[in-house]
Amino acid sequence: MSVPRLALRDVRKSFGSTVALAGVSLEAAPGEVHAVIGENGAGKSTLMNVLAGVVEPEAGDVFLDGAAWRPRVPARARADGVAMVHQELALCPHLDVQANVALGIEPTRFGFVRAGITERIVEEGLARAFGRRPVDPHARVGELSVADRQLVEIARAVATSRAAGGALRLLILDEPTSSLDAPDAERLFALVLDLAREGTTVLYVSHFLQEVSRIATRFTVLRDGATVGIGDVASTSADEMVAMMAGRTDVARAVSRSPRTAGEVVLSARALGGVSLPVDATFELHRGEVLGIAGLVGAGRTELLRAIFGLDPVRRGEVRVGMAVGPASPARRWAQGVGFASEDRRREGLATELSIAENLTLSKLGPSGHGLPRRVHDAASTWIERLAIRCSGPDQRVAELSGGNQQKVQLARLLHHDVDVLLLDEPTRGIDVATKAQIAELYGALAARGKAVLLVSSWLPELLAVADRIAVMHRGRLGPAMPVAECDERSLLLEAVGG
Amino acid sequence: MRKKPWLGPLVALVATWLLFAGLAPDTFVRASNAVTMLRQTTVVAICAVGMTLVIVSGGIDLSVGSVVAFTTVVIATTLRAGASPAVAVLAGVAAATASGLLSGVLVGRLRMAPFIVTLGTMSVLRGAAKGLASEQKIDCDPRGLDALLAPPHGWQLLPPGVWLAIAAGVLASLALRTTRFGRHVYAVGSNEAAARVCGVDVVRVKLAVYGLAGALAGMAGVMEFSTLTVGDPTDSVGLELEVIAAVVVGGASLSGGEGTVLGSLVGALLMEVIRAGCTHVGVHNWVQEILTGGIIVAAVAMDRVRRR
Repeated sequence: MSVPRLALRDVRKSFGSTVALAGVSLEAAPGEVHAVIGENGAGKSTLMNVLAGVVEPEAGDVFLDGAAWRPRVPARARADGVAMVHQELALCPHLDVQANVALGIEPTRFGFVRAGITERIVEEGLARAFGRRPVDPHARVGELSVADRQLVEIARAVATSRAAGGALRLLILDEPTSSLDAPDAERLFALVLDLAREGTTVLYVSHFLQEVSRIATRFTVLRDGATVGIGDVASTSADEMVAMMAGRTDVARAVSRSPRTAGEVVLSARALGGVSLPVDATFELHRGEVLGIAGLVGAGRTELLRAIFGLDPVRRGEVRVGMAVGPASPARRWAQGVGFASEDRRREGLATELSIAENLTLSKLGPSGHGLPRRVHDAASTWIERLAIRCSGPDQRVAELSGGNQQKVQLARLLHHDVDVLLLDEPTRGIDVATKAQIAELYGALAARGKAVLLVSSWLPELLAVADRIAVMHRGRLGPAMPVAECDERSLLLEAVGG
Repeated sequence: MRKKPWLGPLVALVATWLLFAGLAPDTFVRASNAVTMLRQTTVVAICAVGMTLVIVSGGIDLSVGSVVAFTTVVIATTLRAGASPAVAVLAGVAAATASGLLSGVLVGRLRMAPFIVTLGTMSVLRGAAKGLASEQKIDCDPRGLDALLAPPHGWQLLPPGVWLAIAAGVLASLALRTTRFGRHVYAVGSNEAAARVCGVDVVRVKLAVYGLAGALAGMAGVMEFSTLTVGDPTDSVGLELEVIAAVVVGGASLSGGEGTVLGSLVGALLMEVIRAGCTHVGVHNWVQEILTGGIIVAAVAMDRVRRR
């Protein structure tokens, strides 16, 4: 074998007492698409940050094209032709698309940005990331949809090669498709394969094993911060990969369905419409059922939940919770026993600088508006145990948890509040397979205890596994809810794209 | 960046000017009054240029009032010691820049909150000014420095100090809009973490921003000395709030990422037009203060509504 593009030997890193990387080794050849897979908290993100120059490792060696390499700052990594697309979008909302793509690599003369060259670099990056889909390089990034923002980040990574004198040596993608719909994801795959053909090595971090088996040739499995497996994608089945990630073979991707019967209607909407989305939504949610809502990103599913919960205005139609008719503020909704878990965990769902205990009890404090520290602590300990939240204790800051564990904290808040109706928006997005299964089983158990769950998810296997009925949203209109027995992945997808 | 965020404040400025021109047509519209208003805004305007950099980068600088007072004291002391005016001005601006750089180190390198850091430097510099001046005004021969903001001779059109303020504004505006540094200031204010992972040297950007703001506050101190002609350690108390108000009225966001130099200058002028206009019309001082406060809140409220 020739000199590998990237080689890691026993890389280690701790944050305080938490060991994030406990010996990672990895090797990838030039032009190889290499998948890095592992559960939440397995150390994938830390590893990627080491390579992008964001985090400095304590021990171990990194070789780039055979030369010892240790970027101390992101600028160094980018100058060496290493670009990263971060999972939490690293964009400046106030700047326009062009300034974001060029950020950090602006070509200058005497400190002045050279407009013409910048424009060309940006155009090239945008063209590769967006394809024929139109994008205004002067639009403010804060006004773009999540999917478009993701594409802007990809454009920036592609443009990095210009700063490195033409060669993008290593591209790191951290869960790049978690907020993309099917056509955008397809274009990303094509772009990844193109870049690989041009000689770029791509490290692809993903929870979607289907994606991995589609575009990667080799993979490395991380568990508890260490490399536990390496292999060829072609000769390894998805089940085998999951087994390596979890360290056991029986990880139930098939969620066991708990027996339950639907009761009276607790939440209903009739011809509900918001400012622009949703356009028209009618449904009934019964006690003891999970109603799934499928659809493409941007179809208006999030807006539907937000309108119901009082976060966005209701312009038309009627929404009814139990006996209460009409729109209400989020505070009223909590009082009515309705809870909402946002798809944007970090910004909207959780106060990440506060502790687990504080986040858990945020919606339900004592009669005088405060919780006794002892009670809060005890409640948090209970939920940490029941949901198996991996943490150092109730006082740990939420920001320090992995994505899956953060999501568990968000759900635990709803459970602690003991709501009757749960509005869940993409609760398993960006979460590893094992935690996904745990969370998915949780809805079933809740429904069996008489709760009602309205579940928005882009992950169809999840909907099919846990929902009792599924409705598809297309361009703001919600279709009729069908019993899950009459749905399959193909029919749902077809309805979602409007076929 | 939003397109033309200074447009709203500019419309407000013109409207306010027209309002007072209608109320006091004899005195208010005179050219001499316009020049007087410009002279009286100069100190706030120069500080506002620096404050724009700081606020766009997501920070705040509470120390400008103290820096201005400290600068006048340094200049007066240096002049009294027999130095030339140029040396005195350099000493004053250098002292102000040093204090800005100190804030920059604390905010950038140690990642301390700018509010706290500059609250500290505000008090430290006020104390230092009083100590240096032995708690008294320092009289001295201004040796020509008083001409900086004196009414202009015919060919000057405006006093040299006002030209200086305009030059500072143009340079800062160019820097923010067309240089790599300017882009990075906006990026740091918009999303510091994103800027860092993109390879922006956040510490250096902050150091430069606070250093420049200090230097500009020092320049404003020179102008203040020009009008006072003494070193006054108790001068310019609360100036920082006027400056912040001008920047915010000019369309900047206190959470960073937004704001323009032109907007801030328009904001500073707007406040001065209201102040001078009220005086011309004979409105009581207390009404003026209520009016000014109302306008600050209204400006920001309108901005919010427009962005819905």
